[in-house]
Amino acid sequence: MTTIAATHDHAHDHDDHQMGFFARWFMSTNHKDIGTLYLIFAIFAGIIGGAISGLMRAELAQPGIQYLTTWAAMLEGQGASIDQAYHMWNVLITAHGLIMVFFMVMPAVIGGFGNWFVPIMIGAPDMAFPRMNNVSFWLLVPAFILLLGSAFVPGGTGLGAGTGWTVYAPLSTYGSQGPSVDMAIFSLHLAGASSIMGAINFITTIFNMRAPGMTLHKMPLFVWSVLVTAFLLLLALPVLAAAITMLLTDRNFGTTFFDPAGGGDPLLYQHLFWFFGHPEVYIMILPGFGIVSQIISTFSKKPVFGYLGMAYAMVAIGVVGFIVWAHHMFTVGLDVNTKMYFTAATMVIAVPTGIKIFSWIATMWGGSIRFTVPMVWALGFIFMFTVGGVTGVVLANGGVDNYMHDTYYVVAHFHYVLSLGAVFALFAGFTYWFAKMSGRHLSNFLGHLHFWVFFIGVNLVFFPMHFLGLQGMPRRYPDYPDAFAYWNHIASLGYVIMAASMVIFFVNVFYALLAGKKAEGNYWGEGATTLEWTLSSPPPFHQFETLPKVD
Amino acid sequence: MNRTTRTGLLATALALGMVGVGYASVPLYRLFCQVTGFAGTTRMAPGTSAPGAVAGKTMSVRFDANHAANMPWNFKPETTREIVTLGAQDIVFYEAENKSDKPVTGTATFNVTPSQAGKYFTKIQCFCFTEQTLQPGQKVRMPVVFYVDPAIAKDPSANDIEEITLSYTFYPVDERKKQS
Ligand code: HEM
Ligand SMILES: [Cu+2]
Repeated sequence: MTTIAATHDHAHDHDDHQMGFFARWFMSTNHKDIGTLYLIFAIFAGIIGGAISGLMRAELAQPGIQYLTTWAAMLEGQGASIDQAYHMWNVLITAHGLIMVFFMVMPAVIGGFGNWFVPIMIGAPDMAFPRMNNVSFWLLVPAFILLLGSAFVPGGTGLGAGTGWTVYAPLSTYGSQGPSVDMAIFSLHLAGASSIMGAINFITTIFNMRAPGMTLHKMPLFVWSVLVTAFLLLLALPVLAAAITMLLTDRNFGTTFFDPAGGGDPLLYQHLFWFFGHPEVYIMILPGFGIVSQIISTFSKKPVFGYLGMAYAMVAIGVVGFIVWAHHMFTVGLDVNTKMYFTAATMVIAVPTGIKIFSWIATMWGGSIRFTVPMVWALGFIFMFTVGGVTGVVLANGGVDNYMHDTYYVVAHFHYVLSLGAVFALFAGFTYWFAKMSGRHLSNFLGHLHFWVFFIGVNLVFFPMHFLGLQGMPRRYPDYPDAFAYWNHIASLGYVIMAASMVIFFVNVFYALLAGKKAEGNYWGEGATTLEWTLSSPPPFHQFETLPKVD
Repeated sequence: MNRTTRTGLLATALALGMVGVGYASVPLYRLFCQVTGFAGTTRMAPGTSAPGAVAGKTMSVRFDANHAANMPWNFKPETTREIVTLGAQDIVFYEAENKSDKPVTGTATFNVTPSQAGKYFTKIQCFCFTEQTLQPGQKVRMPVVFYVDPAIAKDPSANDIEEITLSYTFYPVDERKKQS
């Protein structure tokens, strides 16, 4: 595919060594360094978000309230009432959702892998606006601090923002007095601004900085996926920004956008939120689609089946994703015709999604498959994501959803597409590119072990939630009747297994960094055809000073 | 201006435009609800008259009253429930009293539930069409003249409705005039 060997000017090879630590990492304008920062940030946020879900599973392991009162008392610094304990629960689920969405998945998959590999894959020396890239990353840090800090100031019944990740009015307006929710909202503003700047950067880079011969229709699918994602970000995030700004002014400046006692309508908030929210779920998964496409093709030693179909399926998913939002609002009192429209439109998304699944399978068909660590993650992704897709199609039925909405069935659905979909894609990408980024190989054995333990763990956590949901267990409560005890207990056990697998993961990473085998340029060999494999591992600080030619 | 800057600026403009779309949705949503009766927005038809009673078809209508927390009024319906014949004009009264020692101007928002009934609930005359000013201590009776459109019986998504609740929320005008 490419006609160049690694090209870099030796004089520049040592740039990174001449820079001080502060200049290199804090004022970084290098896309690879910024990508690394994003990945470290995402891992850090993932540990916090994951620990919070551990608290949640501990509380849910048995019926009754076990720990919440203690935790609330610890946070408040004095005894806590049962209402404050319940509020604590709301704070935990809110923090978990917001952290995982805005500070773990998005930074890892877009900021991390996107920054690292989009410029390299299109043969560009760096991103179009390197300084803005730096600002994008560093905005995330105060955003995260604000969100974490919001847990220590009053948010209504107790300390912290307890609105859920959806921040619905009126709970988030006059239902939550105190500065906590303001801090959380402002945190989303900053994180949103960061992502919008990142999106502008990706779009400009991909449109203008492709190497000679790298036409749009030759770009690797990962680049396509980031391009579509960037457009979704650009169109969806500003609407969220507008909606949460209205929340802020409703809370603090007496406007009544969402308050009927003043001419507003709380439902409008839900429409605005989900106009952002549904594209947002695709923002989290599309780059994963891209990663999985690269991996499946590499380890089947075949180009992706139906390349153009794959690229335009992502475009189609992006476009249709903007006209299905009310499937999150089936129970607000929409009339039958509106529900029918949103049911049908939602199901249409399953078509391009199906095209992608079948194309991955067709890529593997007749290929010489190697079951490397990234490949098993990618296979796990396809399998688990399909399960989540199927439950999505069930939920898409407006009539059925009257019964399923806000039950654990929905929780199972979105964790199959996210925790077992997006997160599997993350691990796939991480194990595929780790040696490229660091120059050191992860342990193959620990990699496989991590996969299997994680796979068993998360399935034990989330599969029983289908049963609980079908039996009518509502989401967002810390307590439940005894009838739900069995499967909740299993789910909490699953969490422990999952957590153990993360220990394996971190041991593996530290082992690789300290003592891992040195990696050569193209360590996956034949089948790995994109431009990053023409460079050394890690790539030189400045790559492609002579642009590669693609034919 | 080179290509890179141009693309960057176009993308920025797109993002800013979408913030605009977000805010534009506020008046658009209100307009949309008025036109379609979405979210229980009732029809307003001042100066028209009801189509006339359709024998044998009745509907129960409940009346509900709320006011903003910072509104020093008493506000309640004189009757809480009424059985009306579809198509027949009906009149009910709400009572409002200014309990403060200052004149207060208020206006009322309204909607009906179930929301599917919105487009069949037509108001011919209503205190909610205009702002109302009450002097300190003043007490007034305010009429609502309405009918339920007989077409409701033919709408598959609304013909099983047996009771409609009409709800008003009064809020003070002055301090909020700027925003809404
Ligand atoms: C075949 C494609 C899909 C369909 C038909 C679908 C359908 C739905 C429906 C109807 C709901 C609303 C359920 C309810 O609240 O009652 C829902 C919720 C959700 N979906 Fe999907 N979905 C699909 C794919 C995805 C993907 C790919 C993701 C993310 C990667 C995702 C993430 C979510 C999330 C996070 C929620 C819950 C949001 C909340 O209420 O907090 N879905 N989905
Ligand atoms: Cu959705």
